[in-house]
Amino acid sequence: MSLDADTIRRIAMLARIRVGEDEVAKLQGELNGILAWIEQLNEVDTDGVTPLSGASRLALRMREDAVTDGDIRDKVLANAPERIGPDGAFFAVPKVVE
Amino acid sequence: MAALTDLKLAEATELLAAKKISATELAKAHVDAIEKLSSLNAFIVATPERAMADAKRADERIAKGEAGPLEGIPLAIKDLFCTDGIQTTAGSRILGGFTPPYESTVSANLWRDGAVCLGKTNLDEFAMGSSNTTSAYGNVVNPWKRRGDNRDLVPGGSSGGSAAAVAARLCLGATATDTGGSIRQPAAFTGTVGIKPTYGRCSRWGIVAFASSLDQAGPMARSVKDCAILLRSMAGFDPKDSTSADVAVPDFAAALGQGVKGLRIGVPKEYRLDGLAPEIGALWEQGIAWLKAAGCTIHEISLPHTKYALPTYYIVAPAEASSNLARYDGVRFGLRVPGDSLDAQYEATRGEGFGEEVRRRIMIGTYVLSAGYYDAYYLKAQKVRALIARDFDEAWKSVDAILTPATPSSAFAIGEKQDDPVTMYLNDVFTVTANLAGLPGISVPAGLDAQGLPLGLQVVGRAFDEETVFRVAEAIEQAAGFSAVPQIRAGA
Repeated sequence: MSLDADTIRRIAMLARIRVGEDEVAKLQGELNGILAWIEQLNEVDTDGVTPLSGASRLALRMREDAVTDGDIRDKVLANAPERIGPDGAFFAVPKVVE
Repeated sequence: MAALTDLKLAEATELLAAKKISATELAKAHVDAIEKLSSLNAFIVATPERAMADAKRADERIAKGEAGPLEGIPLAIKDLFCTDGIQTTAGSRILGGFTPPYESTVSANLWRDGAVCLGKTNLDEFAMGSSNTTSAYGNVVNPWKRRGDNRDLVPGGSSGGSAAAVAARLCLGATATDTGGSIRQPAAFTGTVGIKPTYGRCSRWGIVAFASSLDQAGPMARSVKDCAILLRSMAGFDPKDSTSADVAVPDFAAALGQGVKGLRIGVPKEYRLDGLAPEIGALWEQGIAWLKAAGCTIHEISLPHTKYALPTYYIVAPAEASSNLARYDGVRFGLRVPGDSLDAQYEATRGEGFGEEVRRRIMIGTYVLSAGYYDAYYLKAQKVRALIARDFDEAWKSVDAILTPATPSSAFAIGEKQDDPVTMYLNDVFTVTANLAGLPGISVPAGLDAQGLPLGLQVVGRAFDEETVFRVAEAIEQAAGFSAVPQIRAGA
């Protein structure tokens, strides 16, 4: 199966990556090349196989259900490109509601 | 005595403990070497002041008899490990200006044990690549050259900066990470030793995430023993990583020196690829002969799903990457490119911030996880991954370790093999299976090709049996007697 130009634009939108119109054709070629190569997995009979999601065969641990945010507001905000509000206590984003 | 920069880590530890050298002079020799060989572009940022301060403290502790196992040892840190107060870029524009207010567990473990921080090494952007040519901070130059050919070669990737720094004697060891081969392939390309330990052995906390079910940290150094010493410090249970293994960390170096007599070595027939370079095949045969001579028994084994490992990886890794890299939103840290709306800002930031390879992988990952394609791609890949892991489970019934080539070729020139993404992906054909199955794998230099470039052999072992992996690697190291040095190196 081959991806058309519209699908490339849709994937870029889903991934929130701006892709120039002049880049669509190149990406289309590259992604189709990779997907065509991946298609060989269809040769493998996987009926009844339990999918393996991780390399660790150990069961995931439970942790205590406790607030562990560390109370480190300033450290969390330290790398923000733009801050807003009293003491710059919030991340700033473009207006999302009118 | 050898020049300070030519010392092995284990030798330096002994000389420091005997007060024959000081941590300060050792650090200074490496700081100077880094500055002198900056044209290799192995470091994104060097931290000479930090190094000298660390070394001074190390000398004080040695004087007081309080030395840790790595006291005064100058190390380089792949710029994928967050370091408190030192910029961390992951080789990407999108992390421009990011200075972590915390320290990764692995690097913290090294500082706890007395190591000296020389700086942060270059890498493929977000560790995605096999040539270190996708870094936003420029490609790294391999310190090795082909005989009679002055062209710059790649050091491999993604841990190309760490590999080049170790090979060129800019540090005694380095941290690296391996998602599909990113420790072992650059180790092979630079004549150094690198081990990807068992998944869960080293904490992932504070390492910039690429593909979380595959990422694993490990050391690179100039001997098997040096890697064993470093891994002991790096490894250990960490409650902050949900997949960290609560398993005791053995004294890996103590496993060395006992020989390999009686070990059963598997040679997987599926790794004899059509068109395998004759030199690689010959090196493999040589490795088999060495291990036989050292007292191992050799067994042909079958890992029938080997050929499906790379395509499986190129679904699983991009899928996980597309999720992990969703955090780069231009809001909380790193680059922000303004837009009229929040979505426009996301798209502009990520469009400008990510390089081509990262963008391709995020898009592949987004596609294989999207509605209607999840079962056909992602679920299918997880099932094939289970079969690949099962192949190894079967193999461990009859062998103790597996011997393979580390890479299908020696280092290539910058610009070669870059016509299409899949050609580059084939670099990891021998290494990626260990990531999918979560197994430890080491690359150890075993010889030179006809062009004078290093080649490596890989040893893969059972989960949490790095000790056997180190033992077999040591046997190869001793038999190979690899003593060639790169043309570009400190003191040359």
